[in-house]
Amino acid sequence: MQFKVLLAMDQKEKDYLQDLTEIRSMMEKSSRFISLSGLAGVFAGVFALAGSISAYYILKNFYIAIWYENDIIQLSKDLVLHLFLVAMAVLFLSLFFGYYFTTKKAKKLGHKTWNKTSRLMLINLAIPLFAGGIFCVSLFLHGNLGLIAPTTLIFYGLALVNGSKFTLNDIKYLGYCEMLLGLIATFFIGWGLWFWAFGFGILHIVYGISMYYKYEHKQ
Amino acid sequence: MKDFISQLNKSFESRIRLGIMSVLMVNESIDFLSLKEMLDASDGNIASHVAALEKAEYLTIEKKFVGKKTSTTYTITPFGREAFNQHLNALEQLLKR
Repeated sequence: MQFKVLLAMDQKEKDYLQDLTEIRSMMEKSSRFISLSGLAGVFAGVFALAGSISAYYILKNFYIAIWYENDIIQLSKDLVLHLFLVAMAVLFLSLFFGYYFTTKKAKKLGHKTWNKTSRLMLINLAIPLFAGGIFCVSLFLHGNLGLIAPTTLIFYGLALVNGSKFTLNDIKYLGYCEMLLGLIATFFIGWGLWFWAFGFGILHIVYGISMYYKYEHKQ
Repeated sequence: MKDFISQLNKSFESRIRLGIMSVLMVNESIDFLSLKEMLDASDGNIASHVAALEKAEYLTIEKKFVGKKTSTTYTITPFGREAFNQHLNALEQLLKR
């Protein structure tokens, strides 16, 4: 008789534990977008590295890329166009594969890609990125070219810190790293491409792999 | 021990109600479709549980028109937040014993 009561208690306890687990998972699922894939980071990093390498060779092959006219720095239109195309290709490929791996992970977890949390994450990422983008255009027009790469890193870091509230918390630390790297880069003008390659390339790959092993490999 | 069990709130005994309250605890407000997607339950099922929670004054329901469609959003009340916290504490205490 007593044995039976004990068994019933155990069952009850299991139910309470299950309740708490359920509550925690619901709170997490409804406030954070956890389908972000580490592989998205790895691919973005690889494309950023490839982009940096091609930018390096483009810059190397332009002998008269920059000159001064009435004390205002001038850039070869061709060079700007080439670099712009490389940057767009990196952006497009990263977004494409990022979307691909994220929908794949969402499907596996049984979540939707487009919902309240992913919207919140994207909006919060976009706000600092938008401000940073405008700021970079302004730097470009004023001829402060050396500050553009550090600025993209700083604002990208801020965007990640801001967006991390609505996705995996680990993103916050990547944001801090990008921000710190960008700030250091402001003191080493002329090394922008190297800092950029490290921040957008290496850091993304390292972070993507560690996130992949932490959240996806086991499942 | 008996004391903790009595602190468990009967209103939160169903899994769906626990889910609804958990979602409302961490979101300012939530619309019906998002709630449905998260809980993975039928329209009627959610509606009846929401109605019960509203009757207990744990949440408020707001209906408004977005174009021609109605959109229903739910918000937790301070009273509901307190009740749910109490329920959570009781659950934790029971497991700690």
